Amino acid sequence: MIGRHRHCIALEDFSREEIVEVLDLALSMKEVLRRPLKKVPTLRGKSVVNLFFESSTRTRSSFEIAAKVLSADALNWTATGSSVSKGETLLDTARNLEAMRPDVIVVRHASSGAPAFLARHVKCSVVSAGDGAHEHPSQGLLDCFTIRERLGSLSGRTVAIVGDISHSRVARSDLHALQKLGAKVRVCGPPTMIPQGIERLGAEVFHELEKAVAGADAVVMLRIQHERIGDPLIPGTREYSRLWGLNARKAAEWLKPECLILHPGPINRGVELSSDVADGPRSVILDQVENGVAVRMAILYLLAGAGATTEGAPAEKATA
Amino acid sequence: MSETIFIEGGRVIDPQSGLDGVRTVVIRDGRIAEVGERVERPREARLVDGRGKWVTPGFLDLHVHLREPGQEYKETVQSGARAAVAGGFTAVCAMANTLPPNDNATVTELVLARAAAAGLARVYPVGCVSRGQKGEELAEYGELKAAGCVALSDDGRPVQNPALMRRALEYARVFGLTLAVHEEDPHLAGRWSMNEGPVATRLGLKGYPAQAEEVMVLRDLALADLTGGRLHLQHVSTAGSVRAVREAKRRGLPVTAEATPHHLTLSDEEVARSGYDTDFKMNPPLRGEADVRAVREGLADGTLDCIATDHAPHAVEEKQLEFDAALNGIIGLETAFAACLELVRQGVLSERRLVEAFTGAPARCFGLQGGTLVRGAPADVAVLDPGLEWTCDPAALHSRSRNTPWKGRRLVGRCTHTLVDGRLVHQLGGGR
Repeated sequence: MIGRHRHCIALEDFSREEIVEVLDLALSMKEVLRRPLKKVPTLRGKSVVNLFFESSTRTRSSFEIAAKVLSADALNWTATGSSVSKGETLLDTARNLEAMRPDVIVVRHASSGAPAFLARHVKCSVVSAGDGAHEHPSQGLLDCFTIRERLGSLSGRTVAIVGDISHSRVARSDLHALQKLGAKVRVCGPPTMIPQGIERLGAEVFHELEKAVAGADAVVMLRIQHERIGDPLIPGTREYSRLWGLNARKAAEWLKPECLILHPGPINRGVELSSDVADGPRSVILDQVENGVAVRMAILYLLAGAGATTEGAPAEKATA
Repeated sequence: MSETIFIEGGRVIDPQSGLDGVRTVVIRDGRIAEVGERVERPREARLVDGRGKWVTPGFLDLHVHLREPGQEYKETVQSGARAAVAGGFTAVCAMANTLPPNDNATVTELVLARAAAAGLARVYPVGCVSRGQKGEELAEYGELKAAGCVALSDDGRPVQNPALMRRALEYARVFGLTLAVHEEDPHLAGRWSMNEGPVATRLGLKGYPAQAEEVMVLRDLALADLTGGRLHLQHVSTAGSVRAVREAKRRGLPVTAEATPHHLTLSDEEVARSGYDTDFKMNPPLRGEADVRAVREGLADGTLDCIATDHAPHAVEEKQLEFDAALNGIIGLETAFAACLELVRQGVLSERRLVEAFTGAPARCFGLQGGTLVRGAPADVAVLDPGLEWTCDPAALHSRSRNTPWKGRRLVGRCTHTLVDGRLVHQLGGGR
């Protein structure tokens, strides 16, 4: 359990305390990850199914490593999208998986709400690895973890999220989690990429990059998906990168010296981020990847592990 | 001939004749024989106890999908008509988007034959505006009218070409047929799953902006002005559409409009509250709070003439899906009265206006008979218990489908008896 939650689907539903619980536990998980022998028996005998309806290398691998470090058995189930007319329905897939008695199902799906649907129909825990343009809770948590690790605290900080906010599940999870931890959140992009009513979620809306990043403590640059071009949300990548992309010159002129650059990956180099920024000293993009494993270990541990019962924390187990 | 029936002790509400009071309704030979304060009941007459209940003209629903022919796994004329009478509806207008669509007399006659065989609610077929609902050429309105169609609609596949719409409105005038239109600009609406707005943004679902309905409402009002053709706007869902209809009526355009129980009582917040429950997914989608208020006001002040359910049955496997993959539509015949009675309790509608919106008002929109209890009228009667509490169990409904957003909810108000042509075709708890 993460606080009151048996599933990890939407950070919107999580309290500040529940988020902090995951982040604090992820800290000890990161310590486990950095050991020469990266294996603790915490989730031995537990099984985690990675059910991916959308291709994803990074997130799936991250969950797989997280499960394996905790000694859970991880199974990857790659599925094709379902519809009325073709293939197996999500409900049938869910029932089939359920029959294999997994402890956790990690699901990535192109349809917003698919993890919630799954959670209603299976008995095990469901972890969303991203659903449509809804949420990507583990990404939101790892972004918070990364900023907190570098800046000490999120309280009173300002974070700018730049890019296609409309289609971004990362933006929504970040928005909920960052604010619960006390940060102010700005979103920035062309008006075609800013969804209606985003300010009701607490975001301050900007259309000019310079203003959005001024005084920010961290900037999350979102990936521009090629299928959006000609949607037509933007005329092309050339104009986009000029107006909303970040390069070394803009970073030097517009950002505070200590401002961090995050990106959920994979990067379109030269579109939203130039290589010199992506690989530069402000970039914490690879920290995000490492922290992602730690955060996912914490999530799996809280949902499938002994949790509050007798087995104890993984750090104690490892020393025993 | 059918038996003589006395409905005694009920509050008779007949907005058409202005009657609202406790009366005895006497039904003989399929017609209303008498509505009186004290009538001697012969021993052989059947008694329906109306005490504590409303006795109203049978409800008329201008907008239902009976799915036959072609999609009998969702609903049939028989099962839909059974659901209708269970909800107090004695007549329903069957939309033309069947398989094949109702664009010729053969389909119309089949629907009418099935309805006659069922012997439940009256079923009024609605014919296609365009052949095959393809939006390319006019259907044969003369043949459709002669076969029994009472109106025209491409509901489900709205007419996009404004020139065709113009000709349809003009041509339909010869036959006195109303064009019932589903207003949606498919390009502006895009591949949507719910109303565009803060809730869609929160849930990450693709939004359908209110304006994609309103631009088509404005287009068709302009075409009604141009042609003088009779236009009926189906399931009006936005504040802008209500404003446009109000203005058009003020100018005297030949337009009528309907509102659904769900657009009157539920907002897009339900999609979030229910956790993406696809029984809150329909077309047009549930709108924002301000739109719900505007639709209520529109119904209360008569801008929107009547209530219609847009009863749209779908099989479980078409709804138990990811939100964006599930089909649009919900069933509504058996919950309409209870859902809308809530508006009376909230002070939005008077009891009289509620009954009118279910009876005389829809009859006038399409120029249909019925909707009143005056002596000599066909005995289509609903007996309703406005205080009856019940829980909506989808499995216990008469529709073949289960896709109702009111499932599991405590509802107040239910039809207890329904008579069509003086025959008792529904009795609550009576089975069948």
